[in-house]
Amino acid sequence: MSKHISSLAPSVVVDTAAARVAVSQLIGRISLRARGDLAAVGNAIGVALPTKIGTCAKADGIEVACLGPDEWTLLVSLNQIEKVEDALAALYPSLPHSMTEVTGREVTFTIEGPQAVDLLSIATPRDIASIKVGEARRTLFDGATVVLWRDAETSFRMDVWNSFAPFLATTLETGAKELAAELA
Amino acid sequence: MIQIHCPYCGETLPELEFAYAGEAHIERPLSPSEQSDEQWAEFLFLRENVKGPHFERWRHLHGCGRFFNAVRNTITDRFYITYKAGEPRPDLATLLEEDK
Ligand SMILES: [Zn+2]
Repeated sequence: MSKHISSLAPSVVVDTAAARVAVSQLIGRISLRARGDLAAVGNAIGVALPTKIGTCAKADGIEVACLGPDEWTLLVSLNQIEKVEDALAALYPSLPHSMTEVTGREVTFTIEGPQAVDLLSIATPRDIASIKVGEARRTLFDGATVVLWRDAETSFRMDVWNSFAPFLATTLETGAKELAAELA
Repeated sequence: MIQIHCPYCGETLPELEFAYAGEAHIERPLSPSEQSDEQWAEFLFLRENVKGPHFERWRHLHGCGRFFNAVRNTITDRFYITYKAGEPRPDLATLLEEDK
């Protein structure tokens, strides 16, 4: 059974000796597609866009991951969304691009603990070791497209579209409990 | 599971992240209205259906999202090469020679 959608307010999904999964606080999200003068985009938002797929960059109040050759996802604090949007919008005449605020589209799970990697491996075909600390990838988790950020060896964030979130929360909960049962 | 090299990501990844997208290097006629019904039907529907090395499109759907091209053997599933969309069609004889 899937978790009810209303349960995906910031809360702990599961907390075992193997791994802890929680729903994060709401954060601003912007999807950006751009080609050409990327330095101008970097200047506008205050952090240089990383250009290798999977790499990230961070500055005060903003975090960027390169998801594709011309695609980035921007995480910004809620009170900064407007500022970043205005900065990008000012570039439209000189650098046509696509900027879409998608704050409400996704929720983020934090996944951490000694067996966080094992937990992700139950439903990710990609080798988790291929994602280095400080990097992020769009990939697959239990059939749904997600963006996986690796913050430390055993600490991850997973951005999930809302409609998949209750289902994936259930997968993560089941997995964390099974891994903990093996420890016991 | 088949492992596929994405020419955009520069990584070799499980097939599950990718979607097959049909035969590659099929060009849409520049002025469709000047095509005969036979020519248009051929563009829309007729494919090589190769048994052996096949030029085909793939998309890194659960990844960078990009379409790219590949040469895959339809009997063995071996990928000889993958390359970015828009790049010229590689010479098959050379590919097969390099693969020996
Ligand atoms: Zn890719």
